[in-house]
Amino acid sequence: MNVLAFLIPISVTLGLAGLVAFVWALRSGQYEDPAGDQARALSSDRDDRPGP
Amino acid sequence: MTAACPACAGVEMARPAPALETTHLLHLPDIHCGACIAGVERALGAAPGVRAARVNLTRKRVAITAPGLDAATLVAALAEAGYRAQPMDAARTGADRTPRDLLTRIGVAGFAMMNVMLLSVAVWSGATGATAQVFHLVSAAIAIPAVAYAAQPFFGSALQALRARRLNMDVPIALAILLASLASLAAAFDLAPNDGWFDAALALTFFLLIGRYLDTAGRAAARSAAADLAALDVPQAIRLEDGRERVVPAADLAPGDLILLRPGDRLPADGEIVSGRCDLDRSALTGESQPAPAGPGDPVAAGETCLTGALTVRVLRAGRDTALARMAETIAAAEGQRTRYAGLADRAARLYAPAVHLLGAGTFLGWLAATGDGWRALDVAISVLVITCPCALGLAVPAVSTVATGRLFRAGLLVKSPTALERLSEVDIVAFDKTGTLTTGTPRLAVRPDDAALAAAAGLARHSAHPMSRAIVAAAEAAGLAPAPVRDIAEHPGDGVEGWLDGRRLRLGRAAFAGGAGDGLWLGRDGTAPVALPMAETLRPGAAPATAALAAAGYGTALLSGDAAGPVRRLAAETGIAEAHADLRPADKTAWVEARQDEGHRVLMVGDGLNDTGPLAVAHAGLSPGSALDAARSASDVVALSGDVGAVPLLLRTARGAMARMRQNIGLALAYNAISIPLAVTGHASPLVAALAMSASSLTVTLNAMRRL
Repeated sequence: MNVLAFLIPISVTLGLAGLVAFVWALRSGQYEDPAGDQARALSSDRDDRPGP
Repeated sequence: MTAACPACAGVEMARPAPALETTHLLHLPDIHCGACIAGVERALGAAPGVRAARVNLTRKRVAITAPGLDAATLVAALAEAGYRAQPMDAARTGADRTPRDLLTRIGVAGFAMMNVMLLSVAVWSGATGATAQVFHLVSAAIAIPAVAYAAQPFFGSALQALRARRLNMDVPIALAILLASLASLAAAFDLAPNDGWFDAALALTFFLLIGRYLDTAGRAAARSAAADLAALDVPQAIRLEDGRERVVPAADLAPGDLILLRPGDRLPADGEIVSGRCDLDRSALTGESQPAPAGPGDPVAAGETCLTGALTVRVLRAGRDTALARMAETIAAAEGQRTRYAGLADRAARLYAPAVHLLGAGTFLGWLAATGDGWRALDVAISVLVITCPCALGLAVPAVSTVATGRLFRAGLLVKSPTALERLSEVDIVAFDKTGTLTTGTPRLAVRPDDAALAAAAGLARHSAHPMSRAIVAAAEAAGLAPAPVRDIAEHPGDGVEGWLDGRRLRLGRAAFAGGAGDGLWLGRDGTAPVALPMAETLRPGAAPATAALAAAGYGTALLSGDAAGPVRRLAAETGIAEAHADLRPADKTAWVEARQDEGHRVLMVGDGLNDTGPLAVAHAGLSPGSALDAARSASDVVALSGDVGAVPLLLRTARGAMARMRQNIGLALAYNAISIPLAVTGHASPLVAALAMSASSLTVTLNAMRRL
């Protein structure tokens, strides 16, 4: 059972990484305009020169 | 020194630009796809002076950075590209941070719940001794901080309720979360022989936060859309300052100011005409479809529209003192009373919260008396609290109303008030206003005169901006007639237009001016008998099908109008409305609605003018088109953004469907409780059973809400 000493911290760390990624996405405004982002993904306007 | 390689030059260019401050916010009612986004951003990017433009398709608006540029220039640039745009007052559309805050808490609770559940699986599948102890401690390390952060909204609301000596739904929730966490913490440190309830505490927090989020997000969307509407008409006025014209916000006007009105302007304040003559459209205030003439010395009121001729008006009352603003304030007070209507969720909570407490306390005392084991009794009491906790109830109503209001929003209906769906589902009579609601307010020629008269009238009319003149020109165009070459045209504001054709004098206007007799518009020609040009109102395209559909669905319909009996009777016949009342003053409309409600009926009022705000406020529910006066929109529960009343049958059908679904959901949640409460009270509910019951009932209720209405 000693392997648990590694596995539990690893699984918790991975979960925390996911949580941090979610909070970052939320704070950087990625849920502000879901409908617009859907449409923009298919637009070729900024393919060569990524916009802000 | 020149850059050695292109890449270095690129690095120089790629330095972060200074943060772009939004200077203009435009509302784009028509955009709906990726091509629209690209079109709007390209059109704005090409306009000189625009530094950045970003479209938000979800909220249908564009944020523009163009310092020093006029909003009108931007609107014009978009109009050229084919997009309708309206400037919004950026200060009045502040962002609400609550939904984002709740989402973060949901994320934390979800992360902790999944980890703790994984750890609990080991315990449930038989880990004992030191291993179980380690799992408990790790769970505690994750769960305690997560609960302390994520469950704050419940703790806060429960504390507030207790301080006011009340019980709300959050009191049993907070109690269950707190007791479950503390008892499990004691168990983790081997102080008590209890089960571990960490996963239950976290699952409770997680599911209830989702319900809370749906509730707030739905309300925030409605509130921000309503704020958008309010921000749309920022009233402005042209003030004469030492003979020069200056555009100022209407709020800055003061009594004694002189203001200038051009044809088509809406009056921003109450006052008195100093010079100029004009036809005033009072339909927004009185419901009359016929414009009335006004001249020097006549009083005018905010909300009236000047149709012909320019006016100089001395302001008597401005801002909050105008008759319009005072009327709007009394309505705001009336609206406050309706918000006391208790929603289904509130009524359920009022019964549920005391029952849960009694059941929990009773179980604890019963087990204590029967076994004498305090820890065992606490364990069973926690399982009762966790299982009865209204996870499913908390989701049952908000999930359905989110789905229903979302569906109505896509159909162009904005549901403003949180209990509107319930009140709409109880409606059995629909009362309509006429002018501006069932009709568009623009007249059309009812009977076509002979070709020569129509051509002559069109020749006179094409130089006037009066809606009746435009109707004549449109009728001539539809008949394929070219307007006659009328010369020396002179407009007589308040009376009509005069001109010369082939050496004969032509006059188009009211009867006394043109030589006719009676009401309406006449064409007078020297040497020929005067010709009457009767006008009729244009029915909104969806109006007649809507009233027919309502009648077919068994709703009573009525027409309440401040207009004269003739046009009202004609419109009632066109729409098939049996009960029509004409010449009603605003107080009469309110009295009619109150009388029906005293008889036990529930009335939905549909109206747009100031004379409709009274009935809109007293009726069981109110709807106004997006073109309605600010006061009427704020008095109503639902705003039809497209301005079309054709969506009323869909609205009522959706409301009834949503209510049926809410009851179904509450029934489902109660059925789950009926099965699990006996298990819990008798001590058979382990943490595993509690977790299964809670998740299963929450999922069932949510999926049932998502089903097609």
